[in-house]
Amino acid sequence: MTPFLAVVRRDLQLALRQGSDAALVLIFYLLAVLLFPFGVGPEPNLLARISTGVLWVTALLAALLAIERLFVSEYEDGSLDQLALLPLPLSLVVLAKVLAHWLLTGLPLTLLAPFLAIALGMDESGYPVLVLALALGTPTLSLIGALGAALTVGARRGGALLALLVLPLYIPALIFGVAAVDASLTGLASLPHLAILAALLLAAIPLCPWATAAALRQALE
Amino acid sequence: MTLFAGHGLACRRGERLVFAGLSFRVAAGDVLLLRGPNGSGKSSLLRCMAGLLAPVAGAQTWDERPIALDPEAHRGRLRYVGHQDAVKPALTVLENLALWQQLHGVSDSAALRRALTALGLDPLAELPARLLSAGQRRRVALARLLATPAPLWLLDEPTTALDDEGVGRFARMAGDHRAGGGLVVLSSHGDPGVHGEVLALADFAPPREAAA
Repeated sequence: MTPFLAVVRRDLQLALRQGSDAALVLIFYLLAVLLFPFGVGPEPNLLARISTGVLWVTALLAALLAIERLFVSEYEDGSLDQLALLPLPLSLVVLAKVLAHWLLTGLPLTLLAPFLAIALGMDESGYPVLVLALALGTPTLSLIGALGAALTVGARRGGALLALLVLPLYIPALIFGVAAVDASLTGLASLPHLAILAALLLAAIPLCPWATAAALRQALE
Repeated sequence: MTLFAGHGLACRRGERLVFAGLSFRVAAGDVLLLRGPNGSGKSSLLRCMAGLLAPVAGAQTWDERPIALDPEAHRGRLRYVGHQDAVKPALTVLENLALWQQLHGVSDSAALRRALTALGLDPLAELPARLLSAGQRRRVALARLLATPAPLWLLDEPTTALDDEGVGRFARMAGDHRAGGGLVVLSSHGDPGVHGEVLALADFAPPREAAA
């Protein structure tokens, strides 16, 4: 097994053993989405019209909630030192940790979304693009969130700071994610929006782990 | 013959210079014992040697080659045990050690068994690490040195929380490591049970005006 896959496996093993935050994130997503019918009233047309935005914004908040702890326990118990001393470059360690994190949160979130879309009365023609857009968008959210988590790892009240740092950076993914689904619902081409989401992801894959590794080295000094 | 050396090292923590003009040499089979009062830079020096902390001046070499040229190779030949044990409470002792073997790309279950035995952890192997005492956790951290072998050991107060029997076990494993041509750098306030050349950090404290 390569060290990269060993890091992924380790994080999955730790998360499953600790009965991790992953389940909490999904429950948060479920509850937050289901609050909207209570909040805005059960009028089907209104709910259907805002469903894309609701699903994306809550997914984004759930992703933020999940990423906060990514490095905290590693930092507190000294594992971060040891991870930084692996023969693997720290940026790849980060990428592996983000991948494991996405498998535990982003992927289930993506798969859960169409079921919540039913609850909001979204037209079924939007489901495939919704899943596709979330599948392309949530890894970007995890990668950007990891950078914020690394920058706030040593800080007290890191959670609030993290939201301030990261939420503005989530906006591009949100715009094109919502636009892709709305395009497919109105019968327009969603491919350009999906292509931009994919481009964001492709830019984030090399850049975010690199910057995250630099932030972690700073935290270790 | 393997030689790990540093020349003219200086290290800054925040605004404070903790030491300056520090040089050291450790050859295969040597032990370098770092001594000094609290805050004299023992931990900082060990983190510098591990490459976790960048010195503000000076250079370190391994066999006359600067380690800064190939930090990845340097990471591959060192093992660091810091103040924190890096033991995951949710995993058993055995799983913790196996995990670090996998991360280092080592697959040697014999080394794993030897590590458990050397630190007296055999009866605890299947116990979740959250049930361990501080001294037992420290033994797990030290067992990692044997489970993932590497020539250079950098140990920050390795005998903290260990009982006399544990210190004895540590002294034996450090002795074996030396005999096998390994290098050990460790800091300690008490008697760590191993003896070697002493580096007194107080000798390299910067003058007061430089510190201000």
